[in-house]
Amino acid sequence: MHMKYRTVFDIIGPVMIGPSSSHTAGAARIGRAARTMFGKMPQHVSIILYGSFAKTYRGHGTDIALVGGLLDFDTFDTRMAESLDIASEEGMAVEFIESDELTDHPNTARLILQDGDHRLEVVGISIGGGKMEITELNGFQLSLSGNAPVLLVYHHDRHGAVAAVATILARHEINIGYMQVSRKEKGSQALMSIETDQVVDELLQEEIRKQHGMLSVTVLS
Amino acid sequence: MLFRSVAELVEYAESEQLKISDVMMRQESDVMNRPIEEIYREMEENLRVMELAIERGTTEDLKSKSGLSGGDARKIMMYRENAPVLLTGSTVLEAVASATAVSEVNAAMGIVVATPTAGACGILPGTISTASKKLNSSREDMVRALFVAGAIGFCIANNACISGAAGGCQAEVGSATAMAAAAVVEMAGGTPSQSAQAVAIALKNMLGLVCDPVAGLVEAPCVKRNAMGAAIAMVAADLALAGVESVIPTDEVIDAMYKIGRDMPVSLRETALGGLAATPTGRSLERQIFGNESSE
Repeated sequence: MHMKYRTVFDIIGPVMIGPSSSHTAGAARIGRAARTMFGKMPQHVSIILYGSFAKTYRGHGTDIALVGGLLDFDTFDTRMAESLDIASEEGMAVEFIESDELTDHPNTARLILQDGDHRLEVVGISIGGGKMEITELNGFQLSLSGNAPVLLVYHHDRHGAVAAVATILARHEINIGYMQVSRKEKGSQALMSIETDQVVDELLQEEIRKQHGMLSVTVLS
Repeated sequence: MLFRSVAELVEYAESEQLKISDVMMRQESDVMNRPIEEIYREMEENLRVMELAIERGTTEDLKSKSGLSGGDARKIMMYRENAPVLLTGSTVLEAVASATAVSEVNAAMGIVVATPTAGACGILPGTISTASKKLNSSREDMVRALFVAGAIGFCIANNACISGAAGGCQAEVGSATAMAAAAVVEMAGGTPSQSAQAVAIALKNMLGLVCDPVAGLVEAPCVKRNAMGAAIAMVAADLALAGVESVIPTDEVIDAMYKIGRDMPVSLRETALGGLAATPTGRSLERQIFGNESSE
């Protein structure tokens, strides 16, 4: 059985600003994960909402929470309520689009972050009690539970790439809990998502970046 | 993993002669690789946040942005203190008022602990704080009660679901009520098996409850469902302590809840398209709050 919830603090927690854990806390965590992967505050964000998110986002403050997350706020940050104003003051333009398209999960959001040529597209689902999963990243399907730190490595789809990363992790005694490699087509770009038992620090990320064929390296913890 | 279902949890606890709270702390420590003292402290902090929310909701003059909720916790507390006769009783009404208080703080965008969700965040704090006064419980008993609730919620979340969008209100308020009932049983000195019975008895009375928030806001009927969830949790705990047993085993009740949730139409799963949200008054309130730009 796949255990979606591993820690008791997923059930008794998070500490958060109301009013809805799926629509507020989970949404804030999706926004914050996207922000971390983007690496800085985007200038423009398009947010496409599906299912229950699309129907009730204003009532639940899902818009406020997603934007709060994009501003790097945690679920209990008291600035959350003013996130829309703070975003416009800081120069982050946000547009919301309600979609009728059916998705696998009722609480789904697609975030497109942009800053000049830099673009990131993330799909997140909020599965209840403030927990979320990232299910798609720049068109790659993935399944990130948020239960462990995740190392995301974009690379050219060629032999040796996975081994190179795994070797570096092994040398630094970092244990891999779960690993997934996805690609759109053979020989193009691929994405490794690796759940690790220990956090991969900046130095180590730099070492991986220097390997042949690596395009970008990020850690979500 | 020491347990994945309520049956496994009870079996492990009883064979090792442990309380449910011990098993949960042990599992958390094993799985997350953290010392028990650290886990305990984090839970104690959560308890503190819950108590602050009760305090706020019963003393401050709260109103949500929409105006749909706020002020009922104080009304109930006042009535409880001043009415010549109480039809239920002072304990049940305190649990109800405290649950309402936390739920009103949540609706007013205050700080709460999701237990298991924010929509159902009043029930556990309301019942635990009330039971602690009645039972003269120690601080440790209260923190342990949160671990008991966590253990039950863990089984429900992994075998069924805890979000209104996935399973209706029975998955949120229903789960919270079941978790609280089990927690209060341990506080009162009941056995792990009695906690499990309290879960079954409480959850059975929540089966089929739909999620139909007026204007999509976590206010009406959510605040009152938290109030009644607290009352059901207290009574379910008493029934289990009296030795009443559920005909259907706890894990099967949880599975039934999951299947009922899957069978629920989308209009009754947190979309504000059906139920109370779709009544003439529900619709008119929605228009008042959001104006005519509203989607439906």
